[in-house]
Amino acid sequence: MTILTPLPDNTQPANLPPPANWRKYFSFSHDHKVIGIQYLVTSFFFYLIGGALAAAVRTELATPASDFVSPELYNSLFTLHGTVMIFLWIVPATAGFINYLVPLMIGARDMAFPRLNALAFWIIPPAGILLMASFFVTGGPAGAGWTSYPPLSTMSPKAGELIWILSVLLLGSSSILGAVNFVVTIWKMRHPKMGWNDMPLVCWASLATGVLILLSTPVLAGALILLSFDLIVGTAFFNPTGGGDPIVYQHMFWFYSHPAVYIMILPVFGMISEIIPVHARKPIFGYRAIAYSSLAICFLGLIVWAHHMFTSGTPPWLRMFFMFATMVIAVPTGIKVFSWVATLWGGKLNLNSALFFAMGFVSMFVIGGISGVMLAAVPFDIHVHDTYFVVAHFHYVLFGGSVFGLYAGIYHWFPKMTGRMMNETLGKIHFALTFIGFNLTFLPMHKLGLEGMNRRIAEYDPKYATINMICTIGTYLLAVSTFPFIINAVWSWIKGEKAVANPWSGLTLEWSTSSPPPEENFETEPVLLCHPYAYGKRPQVPPSGNLDPATSPLST
Amino acid sequence: MKIPSQIATLLAGILLTLLSLWYGYNHHLLPIAASAEADLIDDLFNVMMTIGTGIFILVQGALLWVIFRYRRKAGDDTDAKYIHGNIPLEIVWTAIPAVIVLALSIYSFDIYEQMGGLNPMDHSSHLASAHGEEAHGTSVANAGPGAAIAAPLEAPPEASTTATAVDGTKATLPTGENPTGEDAVTPVIVPPDAVTPKDVVSPDGMAPNVVTPKEVAIPVTVPADSVKPKNPAAVPATIPDRNSVIVNVNGLQFAWLFNYEGTEVTAGELHVPVGRDVRLNISAMDVLHAFWVPEFRVKQDAIPGRTVSLRFLPTKVGEYPVICAELCGAYHGVMKTKVVVEPEDAFQAWLTSQQVASRPDQDPQLQQAIALAHPSTLHLSDADYLAPYAQRLGVTVEHLQSIQAMQQMPDPHL
Amino acid sequence: MTGSTLDSSQAELIISAEEMGHQAHPDYRITGVLVFLVAEAMIFLGLFTAYLTFRAVAPVWPPEGTPERELLLPGINTAILIASSFVIHNADTAIKKNDVKGMRLWFGLTAAMGAVFLVGQLFEYFHLEFGLTTNLYASTFYVLTGFHGLHVTFGLLLILAVLWRSLKPDHYNSKHHFGIEAAEIYWHFVDVVWIVLFLLLYIL
Repeated sequence: MTILTPLPDNTQPANLPPPANWRKYFSFSHDHKVIGIQYLVTSFFFYLIGGALAAAVRTELATPASDFVSPELYNSLFTLHGTVMIFLWIVPATAGFINYLVPLMIGARDMAFPRLNALAFWIIPPAGILLMASFFVTGGPAGAGWTSYPPLSTMSPKAGELIWILSVLLLGSSSILGAVNFVVTIWKMRHPKMGWNDMPLVCWASLATGVLILLSTPVLAGALILLSFDLIVGTAFFNPTGGGDPIVYQHMFWFYSHPAVYIMILPVFGMISEIIPVHARKPIFGYRAIAYSSLAICFLGLIVWAHHMFTSGTPPWLRMFFMFATMVIAVPTGIKVFSWVATLWGGKLNLNSALFFAMGFVSMFVIGGISGVMLAAVPFDIHVHDTYFVVAHFHYVLFGGSVFGLYAGIYHWFPKMTGRMMNETLGKIHFALTFIGFNLTFLPMHKLGLEGMNRRIAEYDPKYATINMICTIGTYLLAVSTFPFIINAVWSWIKGEKAVANPWSGLTLEWSTSSPPPEENFETEPVLLCHPYAYGKRPQVPPSGNLDPATSPLST
Repeated sequence: MKIPSQIATLLAGILLTLLSLWYGYNHHLLPIAASAEADLIDDLFNVMMTIGTGIFILVQGALLWVIFRYRRKAGDDTDAKYIHGNIPLEIVWTAIPAVIVLALSIYSFDIYEQMGGLNPMDHSSHLASAHGEEAHGTSVANAGPGAAIAAPLEAPPEASTTATAVDGTKATLPTGENPTGEDAVTPVIVPPDAVTPKDVVSPDGMAPNVVTPKEVAIPVTVPADSVKPKNPAAVPATIPDRNSVIVNVNGLQFAWLFNYEGTEVTAGELHVPVGRDVRLNISAMDVLHAFWVPEFRVKQDAIPGRTVSLRFLPTKVGEYPVICAELCGAYHGVMKTKVVVEPEDAFQAWLTSQQVASRPDQDPQLQQAIALAHPSTLHLSDADYLAPYAQRLGVTVEHLQSIQAMQQMPDPHL
Repeated sequence: MTGSTLDSSQAELIISAEEMGHQAHPDYRITGVLVFLVAEAMIFLGLFTAYLTFRAVAPVWPPEGTPERELLLPGINTAILIASSFVIHNADTAIKKNDVKGMRLWFGLTAAMGAVFLVGQLFEYFHLEFGLTTNLYASTFYVLTGFHGLHVTFGLLLILAVLWRSLKPDHYNSKHHFGIEAAEIYWHFVDVVWIVLFLLLYIL
């Protein structure tokens, strides 16, 4: 039994905090809600930078010749694009949502270690600025790809590569410190009446994410430490001429970087599992299956890394093992997708921007999932490895998946975070532009890869010119699509219609407090009344109504 | 007329299956398949594409359907029906993907085995220098690049050339790769009786024309023993192994070098005879590279300090691009050359012509190329250094010009 | 340099955790330390696995020409470090009896043993016949022991910080002694890592 406190007066918008409060967002605040928003805004800022880098890359690729930037700079552009989007956008943005939502959803007043939480956030801006600063050092930024494979990375200009390593190490440390907080908070600080199976699904997903971060990120740190020794003092860990082995780096790198995909997508899975039931007015279909499949993905995610190395000369039996393990991941992932569709089926869909992005997420993620299973098959992967097919695949997972999910989350929780509603018209325009732009950019890339266009190249065979031009146009459309969003977010935050405490009639605990919540999260101790997804069987709370727990039929 | 829901579901299912099958086998997404491996991989891809299309239509169809069917009516603030799960349904949609991935794993495993992927790929270079007969024996014992390839091994190479060259030219000779067409090796249809006696000797000394070209194209599993050469003397002298062409491939920034085992031929482009097993021993000099021929569907990283072997059986005469598929530096995109698949006699002729022209120890330019590409001088960014031996390495003039243009143009973005 | 990045952040972890005894919710800091040590263990596990892979791939290990190393000094060092784990545990027992003086004595002794270990390590470094870049074995040796040495140094600083704080009357008592427990857990962790390291680098 879960959820619902005596609601604050839901008919009246909460008193918004005085505007002077904006200063707290620039302070070393210990409030998980402030930190969550700090994460989100900072990472969105880096998303724009990463997007600008992507636009530059696609501009170069608009024509077959290498005629926009120098080839060295081109390599730096896509290297930083990948690094920024992963380490400075999706990972911190999901961390922002986890930070904001988890304590509210489990009825806690804050994270387990608020100060540590603030520290984890404040590592990010300097690390990001440091990475950007590498544009101004001799030799330019790192240019060996976000994978930074040696020996190429250790032969690149030292300054840029070193900054890259340092920046990723800092961001990794931030991520680990954040994960310590998530795990301990969810483990220890749940509402006394909230059992594991009463937790909102975001919490399950966050727990799985935290565990993955704790187990995998340190290995990347180890790899980068060794790499930096190769780079600076000339050791030969990954240098074959000195007896080292570049493949060891690849193993260590992917031991982190494959789970990193799940670190980026699991919290979004959780968010989608919240958003869909609320706007479909129907319980989540198969709560336990979704919850436990997060754990299954967490476990399996740790034992599939070498599927990124099918052409690296790994032993055949190893490839077969990793192929099988990778394919098995499709099962828990499939369970989630089918459950979401089944949740929507028969619902009463409130088709707003949040639900559109959530459904867009399911739709795009399925495509990434299908191409993912294809890539798991060793013989086929050998053909498309390191081609645009792979580029298309992971953008369907990370953009069509994670970014659509993050947008859905922003539309869904914006009223809670700011106390203001977002504009629906602008939101739908944003969705349409993003959806079209995204598919225009990445769908044709499947064909490019299958036909023989490899990735990370500044110039290509002229026979691919037309498709590449389409992709570039799609990219520009994507760039344009962020404007309605930015206008919407900024304008709504300042001037938007004031939000009531529970504008979507949600059942999770964060909707039971005012919008935005007070500093202590809940005015009074929250009371759990029904399961977080008991739509259709809950005490009927009209969106404008008050619930008296004493008279609720479910207050057992 | 009202159609019962079971029948409607059945019809939808049949339609879904037909649509998936149709798209799975008519997607036109892959380039021509010019090796035996490519055919195997394409079969796998088509199966996966069929399943993928089915799942795609199912999920996207459901999403579209709910948007229209289950939209909330204006003013309806009530909840939908309380349905929180359905255990049998959940078991079904757990079991079906599980069965699919299990089947796909087994199928992929089988394909990989047929491709010869399960014999150690990381053999060090000693394998390459092994005696021809031994290498041949290995390939047969492991079913070589596939049971599908065993037949061409038994049949004289020329016979299979005849078979494949015909469809190869008709359907799929890549255009655009060689716009002038001057160097293109036009497929020669060699009647079986025109084949030189040296090449016709089949492993067991029988006359070759027991296998007609048409039959060769059909995969036939041949017991390993019957393929073993019983008469080693029949092995031609030009290439150490009658059945495998062994080439040592070396990747360096930003070119490929192909050294033909047992000869002194080193070239910047790869020539292979059609219908003969090719074994590449791939390594790299400086950084990671990856040898990829999209039309063969084979790829292997070139790793400095290691030699990894890659095998394939080219089946279609033509010219195909050889692409470096692993980021190797600023000019990664121009690290391209071509592979020329040609009939046996054309291949032998080319080999002979190269034998004279391209001895690395007597060719100062090639020596220079290797020296200059050595890690110690890697940071040369002047295109001029490439120019003298670009021709030899198979770097085209256009590439060089574009590199030069890039460098001479003041970059406004820097 | 990169190693110290992580260390500084983990320093902040302990310190910040220590300073927030006033939280409204129960104290989960020990859980936090344990969870953090999982991450720490993974970084060592990654490095150990890399070492074992290098070792497995190399034709001869250590590579030919690696000078023989004597085991006496590292052996004594190991014994000292292992012994210090037992010593530090007495401090925990002492503080649970509210015996701050006893706790200080045991912590002081542990700190001294840790310092001896570090000095011994440095002594070994200066007397080895190979340098950081001599060969792959040498590089892994220095990086692994050096990275561990950083952790010992950090543990030592933790112990000294606890000693410093214990000067304040009633800072630690039988009920509130998170700092002491955290320092002890960390020290045990560093100790266990060393045992694995010693087996890998010196014995195997």
